[in-house]
Amino acid sequence: MEEQQAQSGEGGAWAVIRLEEVAKTYDLGEVQVHALRGVSLEIGRGEFVAIMGASGSGKSTLMNILGCLDKPTRGRYFLDGVDVSGMSKAELARIRNRKLGFVFQQFNLLSRTSALENVELPTVYAGIAPEERTRRAREALARVGLAEREGHYPSQLSGGQQQRVAIARALVNKPQIVLADEPTGNLDSRTSVEIMDILQRLNEEQGLTVVIVTHEADIAHYAKRAIEFRDGRIRRDRPIEERLIAREVLPTLPAPEGPEAEKPEAGAAPAKDAAPVAPRA
Amino acid sequence: MDFLNTFRIALRALARNKMRSSLTMLGIVIGVGAVIAVVSIGQGAQYLVQQGIQSMGTNAVFIAAGSGRPGGARMGFWAVKSLTLEDLAAILREVPLIRQAAPAVISRGQVVYQNQNWNTSILGTAPNYFDIRSWAVQSGTAFTQEEVDYAANVCVLGTTVANMLFPGESPIGKTVRIGNLPFRVVGVLESKGQSVMGDDQDDRIFAPYSTVQKKISGITWIQFINASAVTPEASVAAVRPITALLRERHHIRAGEDDDFFVRTQSEVADLANQTQSVMTLLLGSIASVSLLVGGIGIMNIMLVSVTERTREIGVRMAVGATEGDVQSQFLIEAVTLSMMGGLAGIIAGLAGSALISSLLNWPTMISLKAIIIAAIFSGAVGIFFGYYPARKAAQLDPIEALRYE
Repeated sequence: MEEQQAQSGEGGAWAVIRLEEVAKTYDLGEVQVHALRGVSLEIGRGEFVAIMGASGSGKSTLMNILGCLDKPTRGRYFLDGVDVSGMSKAELARIRNRKLGFVFQQFNLLSRTSALENVELPTVYAGIAPEERTRRAREALARVGLAEREGHYPSQLSGGQQQRVAIARALVNKPQIVLADEPTGNLDSRTSVEIMDILQRLNEEQGLTVVIVTHEADIAHYAKRAIEFRDGRIRRDRPIEERLIAREVLPTLPAPEGPEAEKPEAGAAPAKDAAPVAPRA
Repeated sequence: MDFLNTFRIALRALARNKMRSSLTMLGIVIGVGAVIAVVSIGQGAQYLVQQGIQSMGTNAVFIAAGSGRPGGARMGFWAVKSLTLEDLAAILREVPLIRQAAPAVISRGQVVYQNQNWNTSILGTAPNYFDIRSWAVQSGTAFTQEEVDYAANVCVLGTTVANMLFPGESPIGKTVRIGNLPFRVVGVLESKGQSVMGDDQDDRIFAPYSTVQKKISGITWIQFINASAVTPEASVAAVRPITALLRERHHIRAGEDDDFFVRTQSEVADLANQTQSVMTLLLGSIASVSLLVGGIGIMNIMLVSVTERTREIGVRMAVGATEGDVQSQFLIEAVTLSMMGGLAGIIAGLAGSALISSLLNWPTMISLKAIIIAAIFSGAVGIFFGYYPARKAAQLDPIEALRYE
């Protein structure tokens, strides 16, 4: 992964994501739902973009298209310089496998499957040899600070830890872009900041392009650029001023409770899904 | 994604629901087990029949009067008077493939000894009959040609008759009454058991044919001839010359039906084999219905599994599984289920036939062919019934699958 190839919003030819007049219409028989009405967008390598908007604004549809899970009805989508809008399902699966990493709100780890094996999953479909798979999965787990938990099942991990396993899974095939759909939606505020810390570090230190979808303004403040959607169109596209750095925010938050409390980089943040939401910075 | 990997994933998925997986397999286990047990029992029966035929002598040729249709009415077995001792002599003289032959006349009657009595059949024949049938005398002796010549009142008993009339007593030298005639018992035959047709061959009394002809039946002709050819092949080859000879002797014109018929032991064997094969096939196909039911069980559980694991499928697709990957994963899962069931069924079938063998004292022949077919069939059941659920899984939309609650 190239270090510090970070580019600004006007990535031009270097744009890792380029959308040209992308539209998506769902034909529901009697009515046609225009989820996206011609979106043009460029995201450069090393950017950290927050996509915002109310539900129904088209942000989820955009995310599905960016993630090659869905195809645009009109317009073109260039991923890493390659037009993927006309690709077959199998080709898209390959793109998802090699170039994209997904992080979901619901974590979406396979139950009764160890953390290590969950992280290995994308390498299985990449046709990587077993020993190499394990090595890469261990490396990815170490990067999210969960090296010692590789044998744990999702049910034995806190929400924050599960999301970190999911991030490790997103990283294991060394993707160009990590797409995170409401990654903190199911987490308490402190854990949310910890997750944002990991994403910021990956973005800063490895130059990984990160795109997150969120409807929470404070989470968007950890990104470098915010794109707001409304009614299937881009309403506002602006750089984040007064960007929050998770590393600096964490010490100001109430310390995690419980015997497992330790520094987030080293591992466990106890499950506190039910904790009262602390004001976010 | 390679096969071994997919197989490992499938195994793990099945191991997660051990109870469910084993119950699903049960249908296949029972199906395959039943097929194998039934086939091995059927083959055991066939083996029994073969043995019985062997015991009758594979060289045997059987010539019976009957089947002619004088005046258009077809007469039954033995109802025709055309077969004579002269015919027998002619066959021995002119068909060199025939080594020996014994005439036979049959009658029925009440046999009495003191206060015991028994209704049985009386076969009048010559001493060489026992040779032809390779039937040894257990105690005493057979009657002699001399006794045949002067129609002596002597008889040899089958073991069933001996047991009925002489419980716990030796019949040799004793006198039994058949109708009003006293007969001296000179010998008891070895037990021969059931015939191919299922009747008790030991439930019979043997006497000189002359005695039966003159004193019991009051006939001059004979009803059938038990002959023996020089080799098993010769028995088949002898059918034509015997037929030709008898037609000539009976003045049957071309185009007219025979008034006798000739059967060889190998024909009987073929017939018996055929009957057994049909039975085995029939039982086997009934058993394979349960394989079908087992397959439907697999399809059902796979459909449930696909629904339950919709999210998992979504995740797999999101991280790069193609339709083909997902399809082969579920297909291999189904095939693994059915093949494991097949394997367990083979073991159950073998154990079952061993049990039947030892409990019922019935020979069972383990058929390798049945085992191989059962294994292939159970795999095919997995593919056939796993295809639809696997296809359904592969065609899920990843976006909806990921959102599935």
